[in-house]
Amino acid sequence: MSRHVYVDWRSALSLVGRVVKYLSVPLLIPLFLAVVYGDGILAFAVTIAVALLTGTLLESLYPDDVDIGAREGFLMVAMSWLAVSMVGAIPYVIAGFGTASTVAHPVNALFESMSGFTTTGATVMGDISVETHGEALMLYRQLTQWLGGMGIVVLAVAILPELSVGGAQLMDAEAPGPGIQKLTPRIRETARALWKAYLGITLLEIALLYGLYLTGFAPNMGLYNAVAHGLTTMPTGGFSPEARSIEAFSAIVQWVIIPFMIAAGTNFALFWHVLSGDPKRLFRDDEFQFYVGVLGVLAAAVTGVLFTHGESSIQLVELLSGDLEASARHAAFQVVSIVTTTGYASIDFNGFNEAGTFVIVAAMFIGGSAGSTGGGLKIIRWLVILKVIRRELFVTVHPEAVKPIRLNGKPVAENDIRGIFGFTLIYVVGFVLGTAIIVFDAQRVDLTLSVLEAASASAATLGNIGPGLGIVGPMNNYLPFPPTTKLVMVGLMWLGRLEILPVLVVLTRAYWTS
Amino acid sequence: MRLLVIGAGDVGSSIAASLSGSHEVVVVDTDRERVDALTYEYDVLPIHGDGTSLDVLEEADAAKADIVIASTDSDETNLAISGTIKTISDAFTIARVQKLAYLETWQRSHTAFGVDFMVCTDLLTAQSIVRLIGLPTAKDVDPFAGGRVQMAEFEVPTGGPLTSRTIQQADQYDGLTFAAIVRDDEAIIPSGEDVIEAGDRVVVIGNPETVRQFATAVTAEETVEASRDVVIVGGSSIGYQVARLLEERDIGPRLFESDPDRARTIAEQLPRTTVMEHDATDLDFLEREHVAEADIVVATLDSDEKTLLAALIAKRVGVERTVAVVDEAQYVDLFEAVGVDVAVNPREVTAEEITRFTRERRAENVAILESGTAEVMELEIGADSSLTGRPISEAVRDFPEGVVIGAITRGGEFVVPRGDTVVEENDHLVLFAREGVVDDVLDLL
Repeated sequence: MSRHVYVDWRSALSLVGRVVKYLSVPLLIPLFLAVVYGDGILAFAVTIAVALLTGTLLESLYPDDVDIGAREGFLMVAMSWLAVSMVGAIPYVIAGFGTASTVAHPVNALFESMSGFTTTGATVMGDISVETHGEALMLYRQLTQWLGGMGIVVLAVAILPELSVGGAQLMDAEAPGPGIQKLTPRIRETARALWKAYLGITLLEIALLYGLYLTGFAPNMGLYNAVAHGLTTMPTGGFSPEARSIEAFSAIVQWVIIPFMIAAGTNFALFWHVLSGDPKRLFRDDEFQFYVGVLGVLAAAVTGVLFTHGESSIQLVELLSGDLEASARHAAFQVVSIVTTTGYASIDFNGFNEAGTFVIVAAMFIGGSAGSTGGGLKIIRWLVILKVIRRELFVTVHPEAVKPIRLNGKPVAENDIRGIFGFTLIYVVGFVLGTAIIVFDAQRVDLTLSVLEAASASAATLGNIGPGLGIVGPMNNYLPFPPTTKLVMVGLMWLGRLEILPVLVVLTRAYWTS
Repeated sequence: MRLLVIGAGDVGSSIAASLSGSHEVVVVDTDRERVDALTYEYDVLPIHGDGTSLDVLEEADAAKADIVIASTDSDETNLAISGTIKTISDAFTIARVQKLAYLETWQRSHTAFGVDFMVCTDLLTAQSIVRLIGLPTAKDVDPFAGGRVQMAEFEVPTGGPLTSRTIQQADQYDGLTFAAIVRDDEAIIPSGEDVIEAGDRVVVIGNPETVRQFATAVTAEETVEASRDVVIVGGSSIGYQVARLLEERDIGPRLFESDPDRARTIAEQLPRTTVMEHDATDLDFLEREHVAEADIVVATLDSDEKTLLAALIAKRVGVERTVAVVDEAQYVDLFEAVGVDVAVNPREVTAEEITRFTRERRAENVAILESGTAEVMELEIGADSSLTGRPISEAVRDFPEGVVIGAITRGGEFVVPRGDTVVEENDHLVLFAREGVVDDVLDLL
């Protein structure tokens, strides 16, 4: 029985090809570094060749003008991220070939690449150091996060003229949070405005960090590190070239990075409004207020925990007891890092007591703002869910009451609320299934793993956070898992970055046939 | 003055009625019977035809008109008429609209649609209802002199503190003038010895604080607070506007609307109003929502019958005060006779607002008493006025019978008018004048 296929998959794949082809352009940066440092030229040259070749081949599937509808948009976005991650895995394999590098294994390479592009920040790199992997490959690792942060498809819409018509579809499928805000009449201008704000803040952070180095406040923050951290803070990525993450830097560096992580978890459309002369818009925004409030409350709670409870397995945490500045700094850093899904750490929170650990785990489910580079469930969904709970309580007493849910004074359509509940449910189911697979697969290969550790790994990959607890803690990595589990996690990261639905919908029969 | 009234519905007829005595009035309507019927009642020139057509307007000699009033039941027609008039005449155009959106556009630019003065029926009605909510027990409240003076009309209940007392006994308030007693639809200018009877309506003019104190004296209740707990029955445009105006005053009313879509729309537009989707004639529902404890219930449903029923049921469950919006002007008395505290007719409110513009050169603000027996108007005294520099006791001798100076504001301050008060240039006088003498008074000043 043959059914008619209603999806124009050729034009979708043709666009995927175009994105893959253009991936070769940013790859010129690590290639240039490789030439400068004289290390890894082959890895990037081959990858650029592969990107150009496969890209052109895919593109030729449908050489005419492409017309992207909603369905093609989902397929194009889902496949773009998969294809880019696959091509992006090649440098790790080639550069590590014949060395002790753990990311040379194809599965590990794919994991690292997907983790990079989805800005998860979970790593399977055994030895995180420039000495082992070379400057070019390490910076490439950070570059994947920076490209993935604002979205490779948004970037494509901003640059490729042929995407201007279907652009809204594509950005809608890719952008985090429910719906997109079109800032200008032309979607291309909107995409460019977002990327400009993104680029501008990244450069500002790099300048500040390097400035701290030049003035002697941050001895370890050389130009390379400043660029590397700038490239991984704004996409809420978390790939630090330092094995000890931000713990390797001075207190002032940690303080400086906190506001940038907060900015990265803020809706970028708000920055656009601020830059177009309406700064009040930022502070009046319901989601932003709630976001800052949540960060403040959680940071205060963890500060209290660190300040008063010294008993800990880790000496450093013990030393925090009674030191208000250090307690507040590490509390704020960890809370902001986890809520925004950046995944940096200024201290190994595995050493927190149970109360502190609980807050960190809870924070994993909050996520950044809609329209930010943050992952997770997103602040805005929680805000709507809380408002709906309040409404339910009111309606119980007054069954006839009609109470629309409002965001920024504007009513939210009941359909959108249903969508938010549906998404949240799917997210939780995905998290539970992910945890189950990780637990069972670990059992299969006799890997010692507590359920909490497995759950944190599932939440950290699905939410694009990066570090979890215990075995996958901020100073450890995902290397011990069997390849099967890693592939599942690759899937979780992919699902998480695209907010599940664009990927899931492509897997349904109705999508293709009716 | 030559007035052209287009649209001979309730509003048009009402305007023609109050102005035909002193001005040349031409009435245009597409309904031949209706315009003809008007000529038998009032001294007006009837023209049959479509007011948006230039032929008809030329037949009505629109170029000669001083004021053109577009008062058909269609907003768009009224706007089109105003625009059309501007192509052939310099007449001052007044248009009546229901939709607030048009008023907002016009307020942004006073040349919009070729309209010189726009009157929004629903908003005016809502505003007068909200004024009543602010002054419980009053039948009618109108502000003058930028709100520093208030005219209020009260009904004297049987057994109330004022009943059977003389004006002299009742007048214990500084800053309050008894302008009239309305008895059997006739306005009496009271002297000190006149006795107030139950069922009378007293019209007072004074500063808002004193009027509020007087409101307390009318009923036996200890204090009269502005109503806070307001229930609006019916999400009509007027109901919506009342809720919106109350929200502006930091009052979050409850609004009952049985149509789900309309209820949702209103709930989306009014964040501080508690909208309930239900029929307000369901007694169980009213009990569950403790409607009996509301200070005031405003009923404004899509038919007069339903509005009456809703208001009476509210009264029945124990609501102190009910206000009903009545579409049919002739039902106003009937509503009040069967127990509704105040009945408001949007067309009367509109006609009143439009009428005041016909006197715009002299009087700044006019209120017409509900029964149409008298008007209250605000005047600014010019240097050449015959009143300037004379004490009131002397000046009033020139006035025709049936005129009372209710209040004076001088430089924004309230002045109690007494016999020896000397009228100065630039004073604002709030005058009460019985029907028929209004134009004589205007000529005098």
